[in-house]
Amino acid sequence: MEVKQIGDGVYEITCGTTHYREVNAKVKELVNRGAQKVILKEVYGQRYIGTGIKGKVKIEVHGTAGNDLGIFLYGPEIEVFGNAQDGVGNTMRDGKIVVRGHAGDVCGYGMRGGKVYVEGDVGYRVGIHMKGYKNLVPTFIVGGKAGNFFGEYMAGGILILLGLNRKPGEDIVGDYCATGMHGGVIYVRGEVPKRYLGKEVKVFEPTLEDMKLLTEELKGFSEAFNIPVDEILSEPFTKIVPVSARPYGRMYAHRWGIATGLIK
Amino acid sequence: MLFKKPQVAFYPFMVLRDDYKCVRCKSCVDQCSFDATYYDEDLNMIMNHHENCVNCKRCEAFCPTDAIKVVKNPSTFHPDANWTPEAIRDIHVQMLTGAVILTSTGNDKPIKNYFDHLLLDACQVTNPPIDPLREPMELKTFIGRKTDQLQFDSDGVSIKTTIGKQLELEIPVLFSAMSYGSINLNLQKAMAIACREFGTYWNTGEGGLHKSLREFKDHTIVQVASGRFGVDLEYLETSAAIEIKIGQGAKPGIGGHLPGEKVNEGIAETRMIPVGSDAISPAPHHDIYSIEDLRQLIYALKEATNYEKPVFVKIAAVHNVAAIACGIAHAGADAIAIDGVRGGTGATPKSLRDHVGIPIEMAIAAVDDRLRKEGLRNEVSLIAAGGFRSAVDVLKAIALGADAVYIGTVAKLAAGCTQCQQCHTGRCAWGITTNNPKLAKRLNPDIVAENLYNLLRAWAHDIKELLGAMGINAIESIKGNRLRLRSWGLTEQENKILGVLPAGM
Repeated sequence: MEVKQIGDGVYEITCGTTHYREVNAKVKELVNRGAQKVILKEVYGQRYIGTGIKGKVKIEVHGTAGNDLGIFLYGPEIEVFGNAQDGVGNTMRDGKIVVRGHAGDVCGYGMRGGKVYVEGDVGYRVGIHMKGYKNLVPTFIVGGKAGNFFGEYMAGGILILLGLNRKPGEDIVGDYCATGMHGGVIYVRGEVPKRYLGKEVKVFEPTLEDMKLLTEELKGFSEAFNIPVDEILSEPFTKIVPVSARPYGRMYAHRWGIATGLIK
Repeated sequence: MLFKKPQVAFYPFMVLRDDYKCVRCKSCVDQCSFDATYYDEDLNMIMNHHENCVNCKRCEAFCPTDAIKVVKNPSTFHPDANWTPEAIRDIHVQMLTGAVILTSTGNDKPIKNYFDHLLLDACQVTNPPIDPLREPMELKTFIGRKTDQLQFDSDGVSIKTTIGKQLELEIPVLFSAMSYGSINLNLQKAMAIACREFGTYWNTGEGGLHKSLREFKDHTIVQVASGRFGVDLEYLETSAAIEIKIGQGAKPGIGGHLPGEKVNEGIAETRMIPVGSDAISPAPHHDIYSIEDLRQLIYALKEATNYEKPVFVKIAAVHNVAAIACGIAHAGADAIAIDGVRGGTGATPKSLRDHVGIPIEMAIAAVDDRLRKEGLRNEVSLIAAGGFRSAVDVLKAIALGADAVYIGTVAKLAAGCTQCQQCHTGRCAWGITTNNPKLAKRLNPDIVAENLYNLLRAWAHDIKELLGAMGINAIESIKGNRLRLRSWGLTEQENKILGVLPAGM
């Protein structure tokens, strides 16, 4: 590991094969000393980058970010020049992650705030159990395609799938999309065949309100990857929302259910 | 076919009222939260919907003239060892609703309680017992990873080895995870106060930490479950330790489910989900499909908190618990909490509560054995949970190999619970497992805190008396010391698993 200061508040760490614990400790130390930006070079899959740091520091990752990039993220802005692995933005609260490449499985799990933009494809179970509460609304945008269980158990937030790199005849999303969804909204560029969708959701055409929201949310993505919003919006979108905030309400009965009105 | 619903025709409990004593004060009507009692103005009589009665005994307790007794309905079904009233009633519920039957609290089936088959030793003649009233007796327990060996400085006295963060307990008893939502803030607050006063820890459960309880940070274990409710960096930092919840004894293998109607403003804010939305915890953590993944989350939590917090992993005691516990130890957990088949809950399908998992006594013995064999025992602490009723149960669990014990139902009982098994309905008449403001205010956190403190004090002294009788003056010396246990009425196989000798040997 090699650390050098390359500007006012800007540091560069050459990570190589250094253990994540040392790299992350160094990043934290630099941030505590007032670093505004930390550039990580030669990242070979170091885990948990950006975790445990509060504040708006910028972190650049050159190479391949390891699992749980930005887990519990609480403010930093991370930009990955390369691919990221599993768990990008896992249980994230605030901040921004931009991945200039592909990302793996379970990205955005339990995410409750901030933005994640992935330029390429993502794996399975992305956006699973995302949440939203009042002004804490997370946005996860995937430029490419997604695997199975996209938006599973989703409870809030905004999940957008663009499939910009999709070849003709290729599926944009895998099976069991939005299974168990009970909150939030998913927008998909193009059509999603019904057989890919969980039974807890319904498909709608986006309203004007939706288009306004999409335009607003896509601005950041458009800036990050230099793709005009108009071009992204040139194809019709599909909106997926849950039928009920209580998908499993009728599946459980109280033992003496009369008082509760369950047995009428 | 019946002209009325079977639940209305055949009810399990009834309210007997002595009309001569009844002064029509209607306090029973006010107190009943299950719509089982009402006042008929025309007759000037208090009447009952017996079918709604759950035997919580709130009306009985509040009747100023002792006019009420809640009794088992003497009219029951034909005696039948196979088709018990419970079995018949369950069929009735399911044929009407087409739904899984929910229940709460712990397993109420007569599953053999091995604690009742274990007996403790005492000193006679050959070595003296110790009097805990006059001699020092050490119950202090440290939870966390211990090092393999100590290294000393050249002076031979100062210790060079640094050991990881430990939780310091004045009694080997902690309050087990009960979330804000499943219970209300008043009970959480009571537990937190009692812990701060006595020197032990309470556990937030998976529902986040309400802002009013942040001041109890140093006595709080925060839980991270599959729903990740209320989990963010600040939450993780506001703790003494972090517990990853994989499973629960009352519902191994399934997730949690707080129904939307229970999610009010306070719960919504603490869990960070909208008011009225279901709080669903998936069955697995979707970022944990293997021991390696578990290690990944353990170290994510450690990274996020600068390795300052011990990380616990809680699992249900299932058939293969010893091997799983070893995996957890290898994954880097500082403590393993194991919840047995009698563990309680705020809501679970009845089939799971009553039929899934194994007794905690067997689990402790099996896990302790395996960890020792693999040379891992010092690397993790072992916290046992699930149906502990007394200081004696605690001591027997420690003698079997646990470091400490989690108690949940005991805290509920100390707050006035009568075990009516209706926590999941959110109608708790004692104001414990409800967040209905009218009901929740029935529980005074300061009084309950005092009750809990008294209880811990009593248990601590109880344990000291038992230890003293055994001639032991530190809890550390009885840990895993199964030679001080004997069994009665157990088979050879059971003795072998528990690692104890039968009485007389």
